[in-house]
Amino acid sequence: MRSLNMPLSDETVRSLKVGDPVLLNGIMITGRDAAHKWMVDTFIKQSRPPQGDDLEVYEAIKPLLAGGVIYHCGPVVSGLDTRQYKFVAAGPTTSIREEPYQGLVMKHFNVKGVIGKGGMGPKTLAACQDVPGVYLHAIGGAASLIAQTVTRVLGVYKLDFGVPEAMWVIEVEQFPVVVTMDSHGGSLHVSVEAHSRAVLQELLAKP
Amino acid sequence: MRDITENILELVRMTSTDLPPDVEASIHQAVENEEPGSAARGALETILKNVELSRKNSTPICQDTGTPIFYVYYPAGWSTRLLRQQIEAAVVQATKKAYLRPNSVDSITGKNSGNNLGGKHFPSIHFEEVEGESLTIELMLKGGGCENVGAQYSLPNGALNAGRDLAGVRKVVLDAVYQAQGQGCAPGILGVAIGGDRGSSYYASKETLYRKLGDTNPDPQLDALEKRLVEEGNQLGIGPMGFGGKTTLLGTKITHLNRLPASFFVSVSYMCWAYRRRKMTIIEDLVKYE
Repeated sequence: MRSLNMPLSDETVRSLKVGDPVLLNGIMITGRDAAHKWMVDTFIKQSRPPQGDDLEVYEAIKPLLAGGVIYHCGPVVSGLDTRQYKFVAAGPTTSIREEPYQGLVMKHFNVKGVIGKGGMGPKTLAACQDVPGVYLHAIGGAASLIAQTVTRVLGVYKLDFGVPEAMWVIEVEQFPVVVTMDSHGGSLHVSVEAHSRAVLQELLAKP
Repeated sequence: MRDITENILELVRMTSTDLPPDVEASIHQAVENEEPGSAARGALETILKNVELSRKNSTPICQDTGTPIFYVYYPAGWSTRLLRQQIEAAVVQATKKAYLRPNSVDSITGKNSGNNLGGKHFPSIHFEEVEGESLTIELMLKGGGCENVGAQYSLPNGALNAGRDLAGVRKVVLDAVYQAQGQGCAPGILGVAIGGDRGSSYYASKETLYRKLGDTNPDPQLDALEKRLVEEGNQLGIGPMGFGGKTTLLGTKITHLNRLPASFFVSVSYMCWAYRRRKMTIIEDLVKYE
Protein backbone atom coordinates (compact mmCIF):
# COMPACT_ATOMS: atom_id res chain seq x y z
CA MET A 1 0.00 0.00 0.00
CA ARG A 2 1.25 3.49 -0.84
CA SER A 3 2.14 5.78 2.02
CA LEU A 4 1.95 9.49 1.16
CA ASN A 5 3.13 12.58 3.00
CA MET A 6 1.05 15.75 3.04
CA PRO A 7 1.13 18.32 1.47
CA LEU A 8 0.57 16.51 -1.84
CA SER A 9 2.36 17.51 -5.04
CA ASP A 10 0.54 17.71 -8.39
CA GLU A 11 2.64 14.81 -9.60
CA THR A 12 1.56 12.63 -6.67
CA VAL A 13 -2.09 13.59 -7.12
CA ARG A 14 -2.00 12.75 -10.83
CA SER A 15 -0.46 9.36 -10.10
CA LEU A 16 -3.47 8.35 -7.97
CA LYS A 17 -6.25 6.33 -9.61
CA VAL A 18 -9.70 5.20 -8.51
CA GLY A 19 -9.38 2.10 -6.34
CA ASP A 20 -5.90 2.86 -4.94
CA PRO A 21 -5.62 2.30 -1.19
CA VAL A 22 -3.42 4.94 0.44
CA LEU A 23 -2.00 5.69 3.90
CA LEU A 24 -1.66 9.40 4.71
CA ASN A 25 0.93 11.02 6.96
CA GLY A 26 1.36 14.58 8.15
CA ILE A 27 -0.87 17.54 8.92
CA MET A 28 -4.47 17.98 7.80
CA ILE A 29 -7.44 20.07 8.87
CA THR A 30 -11.05 19.09 9.52
CA GLY A 31 -13.94 21.05 8.06
CA ARG A 32 -17.56 20.18 7.46
CA ASP A 33 -20.91 21.92 6.97
CA ALA A 34 -20.46 25.13 8.97
CA ALA A 35 -16.82 25.56 7.92
CA HIS A 36 -17.53 25.13 4.20
CA LYS A 37 -20.45 27.55 4.23
CA TRP A 38 -18.36 30.03 6.22
CA MET A 39 -15.38 29.81 3.83
CA VAL A 40 -17.54 30.26 0.73
CA ASP A 41 -19.83 33.01 2.08
CA THR A 42 -17.06 35.04 3.72
CA PHE A 43 -14.04 34.69 1.42
CA ILE A 44 -15.11 33.29 -1.92
CA LYS A 45 -18.55 34.72 -2.71
CA GLN A 46 -18.07 37.44 -0.10
CA SER A 47 -21.80 37.61 0.55
CA ARG A 48 -21.17 38.17 4.25
CA PRO A 49 -18.55 40.53 5.72
CA PRO A 50 -15.78 39.01 7.86
CA GLN A 51 -16.62 39.14 11.56
CA GLY A 52 -14.78 38.45 14.83
CA ASP A 53 -11.63 36.43 14.20
CA ASP A 54 -12.60 35.51 10.61
CA LEU A 55 -9.65 37.25 8.93
CA GLU A 56 -7.12 35.87 11.40
CA VAL A 57 -8.45 32.35 10.92
CA TYR A 58 -8.40 32.82 7.15
CA GLU A 59 -4.70 33.72 7.23
CA ALA A 60 -3.98 30.79 9.52
CA ILE A 61 -5.77 28.14 7.45
CA LYS A 62 -4.50 29.33 4.04
CA PRO A 63 -1.05 27.72 4.37
CA LEU A 64 -2.61 24.56 5.86
CA LEU A 65 -4.97 24.17 2.93
CA ALA A 66 -2.47 25.04 0.16
CA GLY A 67 -1.52 21.66 -1.29
CA GLY A 68 -3.20 20.23 1.79
CA VAL A 69 -6.04 17.93 2.68
CA ILE A 70 -9.38 18.76 4.25
CA TYR A 71 -11.20 16.09 6.24
CA HIS A 72 -15.00 15.97 6.51
CA CYS A 73 -15.12 14.96 10.15
CA GLY A 74 -16.87 15.98 13.34
CA PRO A 75 -14.80 14.24 16.00
CA VAL A 76 -15.42 13.23 19.59
CA VAL A 77 -12.69 15.08 21.48
CA SER A 78 -11.57 14.66 25.09
CA GLY A 79 -9.75 17.28 27.18
CA LEU A 80 -12.11 20.10 26.27
CA ASP A 81 -11.86 21.56 29.81
CA THR A 82 -8.06 21.49 29.99
CA ARG A 83 -7.41 22.12 26.27
CA GLN A 84 -5.26 18.98 26.25
CA TYR A 85 -7.22 17.87 23.22
CA LYS A 86 -7.25 14.25 22.14
CA PHE A 87 -9.28 12.66 19.33
CA VAL A 88 -11.35 9.82 20.79
CA ALA A 89 -13.51 8.97 17.77
CA ALA A 90 -12.99 10.52 14.36
CA GLY A 91 -14.56 8.81 11.35
CA PRO A 92 -15.69 10.65 8.22
CA THR A 93 -19.05 12.37 7.78
CA THR A 94 -21.16 12.26 4.60
CA SER A 95 -19.43 14.43 2.00
CA ILE A 96 -22.23 15.10 -0.46
CA ARG A 97 -23.55 17.95 1.71
CA GLU A 98 -20.43 19.94 0.78
CA GLU A 99 -21.02 19.46 -2.95
CA PRO A 100 -22.23 23.06 -3.48
CA TYR A 101 -19.05 24.39 -1.81
CA GLN A 102 -16.22 21.89 -2.28
CA GLY A 103 -15.06 22.76 -5.78
CA LEU A 104 -14.94 26.47 -4.92
CA VAL A 105 -12.96 25.77 -1.75
CA MET A 106 -10.52 23.49 -3.59
CA LYS A 107 -9.85 26.11 -6.24
CA HIS A 108 -9.63 29.08 -3.86
CA PHE A 109 -7.25 27.45 -1.39
CA ASN A 110 -5.55 24.98 -3.77
CA VAL A 111 -6.77 22.00 -1.73
CA LYS A 112 -5.36 18.77 -3.19
CA GLY A 113 -7.25 16.18 -1.21
CA VAL A 114 -10.70 15.84 0.29
CA ILE A 115 -11.39 13.03 2.76
CA GLY A 116 -14.91 11.94 3.58
CA LYS A 117 -17.42 9.23 2.90
CA GLY A 118 -20.12 8.52 0.34
CA GLY A 119 -18.39 10.36 -2.51
CA MET A 120 -19.20 13.67 -4.16
CA GLY A 121 -20.83 14.94 -7.34
CA PRO A 122 -19.92 16.44 -10.72
CA LYS A 123 -18.77 19.86 -9.44
CA THR A 124 -16.20 18.31 -7.14
CA LEU A 125 -15.13 15.83 -9.80
CA ALA A 126 -14.53 18.74 -12.19
CA ALA A 127 -12.48 20.55 -9.53
CA CYS A 128 -10.42 17.38 -9.03
CA GLN A 129 -9.47 17.61 -12.70
CA ASP A 130 -8.74 21.35 -12.61
CA VAL A 131 -6.77 21.75 -9.38
CA PRO A 132 -5.73 18.77 -9.61
CA GLY A 133 -7.08 16.94 -6.59
CA VAL A 134 -8.46 13.65 -5.34
CA TYR A 135 -11.35 12.48 -3.21
CA LEU A 136 -10.22 10.01 -0.59
CA HIS A 137 -12.80 7.72 0.98
CA ALA A 138 -12.37 6.77 4.63
CA ILE A 139 -14.40 3.98 6.23
CA GLY A 140 -17.60 5.46 7.63
CA GLY A 141 -18.11 4.64 11.28
CA ALA A 142 -14.57 3.35 11.85
CA ALA A 143 -14.15 6.12 14.36
CA SER A 144 -12.04 4.55 17.11
CA LEU A 145 -9.67 3.03 14.59
CA ILE A 146 -9.16 6.27 12.69
CA ALA A 147 -8.74 8.26 15.94
CA GLN A 148 -5.75 6.05 16.71
CA THR A 149 -3.98 7.34 13.61
CA VAL A 150 -4.31 10.91 14.92
CA THR A 151 -1.05 11.32 16.80
CA ARG A 152 -1.49 14.96 17.84
CA VAL A 153 -4.07 17.73 17.88
CA LEU A 154 -2.09 20.82 16.92
CA GLY A 155 -4.86 23.36 17.36
CA VAL A 156 -8.44 24.30 16.69
CA TYR A 157 -10.17 27.17 14.89
CA LYS A 158 -13.81 28.24 15.05
CA LEU A 159 -14.60 26.25 18.17
CA ASP A 160 -17.65 28.52 18.46
CA PHE A 161 -19.14 26.42 15.61
CA GLY A 162 -19.31 23.60 18.20
CA VAL A 163 -16.95 20.63 18.64
CA PRO A 164 -18.14 18.68 15.56
CA GLU A 165 -18.14 21.71 13.25
CA ALA A 166 -14.87 23.33 14.41
CA MET A 167 -11.73 23.20 12.24
CA TRP A 168 -9.25 20.91 13.99
CA VAL A 169 -5.63 20.85 12.89
CA ILE A 170 -4.30 17.34 13.37
CA GLU A 171 -1.23 15.30 12.68
CA VAL A 172 -1.85 11.78 11.42
CA GLU A 173 0.20 8.68 10.83
CA GLN A 174 -0.90 5.92 8.43
CA PHE A 175 -4.43 7.28 8.06
CA PRO A 176 -6.19 4.71 5.78
CA VAL A 177 -8.21 5.86 2.74
CA VAL A 178 -9.20 4.64 -0.71
CA VAL A 179 -9.14 6.88 -3.80
CA THR A 180 -12.71 6.92 -5.15
CA MET A 181 -12.52 10.06 -7.34
CA ASP A 182 -9.33 10.91 -9.20
CA SER A 183 -7.89 13.83 -11.15
CA HIS A 184 -8.54 12.08 -14.49
CA GLY A 185 -12.34 12.22 -14.24
CA GLY A 186 -12.71 8.75 -12.75
CA SER A 187 -15.32 8.18 -10.05
CA LEU A 188 -16.20 4.89 -8.40
CA HIS A 189 -19.46 6.49 -7.24
CA VAL A 190 -20.58 7.20 -10.80
CA SER A 191 -19.98 3.60 -11.88
CA VAL A 192 -21.65 2.02 -8.81
CA GLU A 193 -24.64 4.33 -9.22
CA ALA A 194 -25.01 3.47 -12.91
CA HIS A 195 -24.80 -0.26 -12.27
CA SER A 196 -27.33 -0.13 -9.41
CA ARG A 197 -29.72 1.99 -11.49
CA ALA A 198 -29.74 -0.65 -14.23
CA VAL A 199 -30.40 -3.44 -11.70
CA LEU A 200 -33.17 -1.37 -10.09
CA GLN A 201 -34.93 -1.00 -13.43
CA GLU A 202 -34.87 -4.79 -13.88
CA LEU A 203 -36.19 -5.36 -10.37
CA LEU A 204 -38.98 -2.77 -10.79
CA ALA A 205 -40.14 -4.58 -13.91
CA LYS A 206 -40.68 -7.80 -11.92
CA PRO A 207 -44.04 -8.45 -10.20
CA MET B 1 -38.48 6.67 43.52
CA ARG B 2 -34.92 5.33 43.23
CA ASP B 3 -32.21 7.04 41.23
CA ILE B 4 -31.10 4.96 38.22
CA THR B 5 -28.94 7.66 36.58
CA GLU B 6 -25.79 5.49 36.93
CA ASN B 7 -27.55 2.54 35.28
CA ILE B 8 -28.71 4.71 32.39
CA LEU B 9 -25.17 6.05 32.00
CA GLU B 10 -23.93 2.47 31.68
CA LEU B 11 -26.63 1.79 29.09
CA VAL B 12 -25.40 4.80 27.08
CA ARG B 13 -21.77 3.70 27.39
CA MET B 14 -22.54 0.18 26.19
CA THR B 15 -24.70 1.40 23.33
CA SER B 16 -22.11 3.84 22.03
CA THR B 17 -19.02 1.69 22.44
CA ASP B 18 -20.10 -1.88 21.68
CA LEU B 19 -22.11 -3.33 18.82
CA PRO B 20 -24.95 -5.76 19.70
CA PRO B 21 -23.87 -9.42 19.15
CA ASP B 22 -26.47 -10.09 16.41
CA VAL B 23 -25.18 -7.15 14.36
CA GLU B 24 -21.52 -8.05 14.78
CA ALA B 25 -22.22 -11.68 13.83
CA SER B 26 -24.05 -10.51 10.73
CA ILE B 27 -21.07 -8.38 9.61
CA HIS B 28 -18.72 -11.34 10.23
CA GLN B 29 -20.91 -13.40 7.92
CA ALA B 30 -20.94 -10.63 5.30
CA VAL B 31 -17.12 -10.54 5.17
CA GLU B 32 -17.08 -14.11 3.91
CA ASN B 33 -19.37 -13.22 1.00
CA GLU B 34 -17.10 -10.49 -0.36
CA GLU B 35 -14.21 -11.17 -2.73
CA PRO B 36 -10.80 -11.43 -1.05
CA GLY B 37 -8.80 -8.28 -1.72
CA SER B 38 -11.85 -6.22 -2.72
CA ALA B 39 -12.54 -2.75 -1.33
CA ALA B 40 -15.84 -4.10 -0.01
CA ARG B 41 -14.14 -6.81 2.00
CA GLY B 42 -11.50 -4.37 3.21
CA ALA B 43 -14.21 -2.01 4.43
CA LEU B 44 -15.98 -4.75 6.40
CA GLU B 45 -12.71 -5.97 7.91
CA THR B 46 -11.89 -2.42 9.01
CA ILE B 47 -15.37 -2.11 10.50
CA LEU B 48 -14.87 -5.27 12.57
CA LYS B 49 -11.43 -4.15 13.76
CA ASN B 50 -12.95 -0.84 14.79
CA VAL B 51 -15.72 -2.54 16.76
CA GLU B 52 -13.18 -4.64 18.67
CA LEU B 53 -11.08 -1.58 19.45
CA SER B 54 -14.09 0.46 20.57
CA ARG B 55 -15.21 -2.31 22.91
CA LYS B 56 -11.72 -2.69 24.38
CA ASN B 57 -11.18 1.05 24.97
CA SER B 58 -14.78 2.09 25.69
CA THR B 59 -14.65 4.68 22.90
CA PRO B 60 -17.52 5.46 20.52
CA ILE B 61 -17.81 3.06 17.59
CA CYS B 62 -18.77 6.05 15.43
CA GLN B 63 -18.04 9.70 16.18
CA ASP B 64 -21.60 10.52 15.20
CA THR B 65 -23.25 9.26 18.36
CA GLY B 66 -26.51 10.31 16.80
CA THR B 67 -29.87 11.14 18.24
CA PRO B 68 -30.28 9.24 21.51
CA ILE B 69 -33.72 7.62 21.18
CA PHE B 70 -35.04 6.19 24.47
CA TYR B 71 -38.10 3.99 24.84
CA VAL B 72 -39.06 3.59 28.48
CA TYR B 73 -41.51 0.86 29.50
CA TYR B 74 -42.34 1.50 33.15
CA PRO B 75 -44.61 -0.26 35.64
CA ALA B 76 -47.12 1.73 37.69
CA GLY B 77 -45.50 3.79 40.43
CA TRP B 78 -42.58 5.29 38.48
CA SER B 79 -42.58 9.00 37.73
CA THR B 80 -41.94 9.81 34.09
CA ARG B 81 -40.96 13.33 35.15
CA LEU B 82 -38.17 11.99 37.38
CA LEU B 83 -37.16 9.36 34.82
CA ARG B 84 -36.75 12.11 32.24
CA GLN B 85 -34.54 14.07 34.65
CA GLN B 86 -32.39 10.98 35.26
CA ILE B 87 -32.08 10.21 31.54
CA GLU B 88 -31.05 13.81 30.89
CA ALA B 89 -28.50 13.71 33.73
CA ALA B 90 -27.05 10.46 32.35
CA VAL B 91 -26.80 11.96 28.85
CA VAL B 92 -24.95 15.01 30.19
CA GLN B 93 -22.49 12.77 32.06
CA ALA B 94 -22.02 10.51 29.04
CA THR B 95 -21.12 13.60 26.99
CA LYS B 96 -18.55 14.68 29.59
CA LYS B 97 -17.03 11.20 29.50
CA ALA B 98 -16.83 11.37 25.67
CA TYR B 99 -19.20 8.42 25.18
CA LEU B 100 -21.37 10.89 23.29
CA ARG B 101 -20.39 13.76 21.02
CA PRO B 102 -22.13 17.08 21.75
CA ASN B 103 -24.79 16.69 19.09
CA SER B 104 -27.68 18.99 19.91
CA VAL B 105 -27.69 22.12 17.73
CA ASP B 106 -30.16 25.02 17.86
CA SER B 107 -31.66 25.07 14.38
CA ILE B 108 -32.06 28.85 14.31
CA THR B 109 -28.84 30.12 15.91
CA GLY B 110 -26.63 27.16 14.97
CA LYS B 111 -25.35 26.99 18.54
CA ASN B 112 -24.42 23.58 19.91
CA SER B 113 -25.72 23.16 23.48
CA GLY B 114 -22.55 21.23 24.31
CA ASN B 115 -24.29 18.67 26.55
CA ASN B 116 -26.72 16.85 24.25
CA LEU B 117 -29.77 18.53 25.79
CA GLY B 118 -32.03 20.94 23.99
CA GLY B 119 -35.78 21.43 24.13
CA LYS B 120 -38.17 18.63 24.90
CA HIS B 121 -37.25 16.52 21.86
CA PHE B 122 -33.51 16.15 22.47
CA PRO B 123 -32.82 13.49 23.58
CA SER B 124 -35.88 11.76 22.16
CA ILE B 125 -37.73 9.98 25.01
CA HIS B 126 -40.89 7.88 24.71
CA PHE B 127 -42.78 6.56 27.74
CA GLU B 128 -45.22 3.69 27.93
CA GLU B 129 -46.75 2.25 31.09
CA VAL B 130 -46.68 -1.55 31.20
CA GLU B 131 -48.03 -4.29 33.45
CA GLY B 132 -45.76 -6.19 35.83
CA GLU B 133 -42.82 -5.18 38.01
CA SER B 134 -39.90 -4.61 35.64
CA LEU B 135 -38.71 -1.37 34.10
CA THR B 136 -37.20 -1.65 30.64
CA ILE B 137 -35.29 1.08 28.82
CA GLU B 138 -34.31 0.61 25.20
CA LEU B 139 -31.81 2.99 23.64
CA MET B 140 -30.88 3.50 20.02
CA LEU B 141 -28.21 5.91 18.81
CA LYS B 142 -29.08 6.88 15.26
CA GLY B 143 -26.48 8.84 13.34
CA GLY B 144 -27.23 11.72 11.00
CA GLY B 145 -25.70 10.23 7.85
CA CYS B 146 -28.17 7.35 7.78
CA GLU B 147 -31.04 9.48 9.07
CA ASN B 148 -30.57 11.82 6.11
CA VAL B 149 -31.17 9.03 3.58
CA GLY B 150 -34.44 7.91 5.16
CA ALA B 151 -37.43 8.39 2.84
CA GLN B 152 -41.20 8.55 2.90
CA TYR B 153 -43.38 7.68 -0.09
CA SER B 154 -47.04 8.44 -0.65
CA LEU B 155 -48.62 5.67 -2.72
CA PRO B 156 -49.58 5.39 -5.49
CA ASN B 157 -46.25 6.56 -6.90
CA GLY B 158 -46.48 7.01 -10.67
CA ALA B 159 -42.77 7.30 -11.39
CA LEU B 160 -42.08 3.91 -9.80
CA ASN B 161 -45.37 2.38 -10.90
CA ALA B 162 -46.03 1.52 -7.26
CA GLY B 163 -49.64 0.90 -6.23
CA ARG B 164 -51.28 0.59 -2.83
CA ASP B 165 -50.29 -3.00 -2.09
CA LEU B 166 -47.23 -4.97 -0.96
CA ALA B 167 -45.91 -5.07 -4.53
CA GLY B 168 -45.94 -1.26 -4.46
CA VAL B 169 -44.25 -1.23 -1.05
CA ARG B 170 -41.47 -3.43 -2.46
CA LYS B 171 -40.83 -1.02 -5.32
CA VAL B 172 -40.53 2.12 -3.22
CA VAL B 173 -38.31 0.43 -0.64
CA LEU B 174 -35.94 -0.74 -3.39
CA ASP B 175 -35.91 2.82 -4.72
CA ALA B 176 -34.98 4.11 -1.25
CA VAL B 177 -32.02 1.70 -1.11
CA TYR B 178 -30.91 2.80 -4.58
CA GLN B 179 -31.28 6.51 -3.69
CA ALA B 180 -29.25 6.04 -0.50
CA GLN B 181 -26.27 4.49 -2.38
CA GLY B 182 -23.41 4.34 0.14
CA GLN B 183 -24.34 7.64 1.84
CA GLY B 184 -26.00 6.03 4.84
CA CYS B 185 -22.93 3.91 5.69
CA ALA B 186 -23.93 0.69 4.00
CA PRO B 187 -24.42 -2.13 4.71
CA GLY B 188 -27.67 -0.84 6.16
CA ILE B 189 -30.67 -2.17 8.00
CA LEU B 190 -34.10 -0.92 6.95
CA GLY B 191 -36.97 -0.13 9.27
CA VAL B 192 -40.11 0.07 7.13
CA ALA B 193 -43.56 1.22 8.25
CA ILE B 194 -46.64 0.85 6.05
CA GLY B 195 -49.53 3.18 6.84
CA GLY B 196 -50.10 5.71 9.62
CA ASP B 197 -49.86 9.46 9.15
CA ARG B 198 -46.54 11.01 8.19
CA GLY B 199 -45.46 11.37 11.82
CA SER B 200 -46.60 8.05 13.28
CA SER B 201 -45.30 6.23 10.22
CA TYR B 202 -41.75 7.51 10.69
CA TYR B 203 -41.84 6.73 14.42
CA ALA B 204 -43.01 3.18 13.73
CA SER B 205 -40.26 2.69 11.14
CA LYS B 206 -37.70 3.45 13.87
CA GLU B 207 -39.44 1.36 16.53
CA THR B 208 -39.25 -1.70 14.31
CA LEU B 209 -35.45 -1.34 14.34
CA TYR B 210 -35.46 -2.49 17.98
CA ARG B 211 -36.16 -6.01 16.65
CA LYS B 212 -33.31 -8.57 16.50
CA LEU B 213 -31.72 -9.15 13.10
CA GLY B 214 -32.40 -12.88 12.96
CA ASP B 215 -36.01 -12.84 14.16
CA THR B 216 -39.12 -13.72 12.17
CA ASN B 217 -41.95 -11.37 11.33
CA PRO B 218 -45.17 -12.88 12.78
CA ASP B 219 -46.97 -12.02 9.52
CA PRO B 220 -45.77 -14.59 6.93
CA GLN B 221 -46.44 -12.21 4.03
CA LEU B 222 -44.32 -9.48 5.62
CA ASP B 223 -41.67 -12.00 6.61
CA ALA B 224 -41.37 -13.09 2.98
CA LEU B 225 -41.16 -9.47 1.85
CA GLU B 226 -38.44 -8.71 4.42
CA LYS B 227 -36.33 -11.57 3.09
CA ARG B 228 -36.96 -10.68 -0.54
CA LEU B 229 -36.01 -7.05 0.04
CA VAL B 230 -32.68 -8.02 1.61
CA GLU B 231 -31.93 -10.33 -1.31
CA GLU B 232 -32.93 -7.81 -3.98
CA GLY B 233 -31.35 -4.89 -2.14
CA ASN B 234 -28.08 -6.81 -2.26
CA GLN B 235 -28.49 -7.43 -5.99
CA LEU B 236 -28.19 -3.66 -6.49
CA GLY B 237 -24.44 -4.11 -5.94
CA ILE B 238 -23.95 -0.90 -3.98
CA GLY B 239 -21.90 -2.74 -1.37
CA PRO B 240 -20.22 -1.67 1.86
CA MET B 241 -19.60 2.12 1.86
CA GLY B 242 -20.94 2.20 -1.71
CA PHE B 243 -17.68 0.63 -2.93
CA GLY B 244 -19.62 -1.98 -4.93
CA GLY B 245 -20.04 -5.51 -3.58
CA LYS B 246 -22.51 -8.09 -2.42
CA THR B 247 -23.53 -6.65 0.93
CA THR B 248 -25.78 -3.60 0.70
CA LEU B 249 -28.30 -4.64 3.36
CA LEU B 250 -27.93 -6.67 6.55
CA GLY B 251 -31.65 -6.79 7.26
CA THR B 252 -35.12 -5.36 6.72
CA LYS B 253 -37.86 -5.04 9.34
CA ILE B 254 -41.42 -4.21 8.35
CA THR B 255 -44.32 -3.07 10.49
CA HIS B 256 -47.74 -1.66 9.68
CA LEU B 257 -50.21 0.84 11.10
CA ASN B 258 -53.79 1.63 10.25
CA ARG B 259 -54.16 4.50 7.81
CA LEU B 260 -56.75 6.93 6.57
CA PRO B 261 -58.66 5.87 3.44
CA ALA B 262 -56.98 8.77 1.61
CA SER B 263 -53.39 8.06 2.71
CA PHE B 264 -50.94 5.23 2.08
CA PHE B 265 -47.51 6.10 3.39
CA VAL B 266 -44.44 3.92 3.29
CA SER B 267 -41.70 5.20 5.58
CA VAL B 268 -38.16 3.90 5.39
CA SER B 269 -35.68 4.52 8.19
CA TYR B 270 -32.19 3.58 7.11
CA MET B 271 -29.88 2.39 9.87
CA CYS B 272 -26.15 2.32 9.23
CA TRP B 273 -24.02 -0.77 9.97
CA ALA B 274 -23.18 0.93 13.30
CA TYR B 275 -26.57 -0.29 14.49
CA ARG B 276 -26.28 0.80 18.09
CA ARG B 277 -29.20 -0.38 20.17
CA ARG B 278 -29.26 -1.81 23.68
CA LYS B 279 -31.78 -2.75 26.34
CA MET B 280 -31.69 -2.47 30.12
CA THR B 281 -34.13 -4.22 32.43
CA ILE B 282 -34.50 -3.43 36.13
CA ILE B 283 -36.35 -5.89 38.36
CA GLU B 284 -36.04 -4.91 42.02
CA ASP B 285 -32.27 -4.82 42.69
CA LEU B 286 -31.33 -6.69 39.56
CA VAL B 287 -30.11 -4.73 36.53
CA LYS B 288 -29.67 -6.60 33.28
CA TYR B 289 -28.10 -5.16 30.11
CA GLU B 290 -28.45 -6.86 26.72
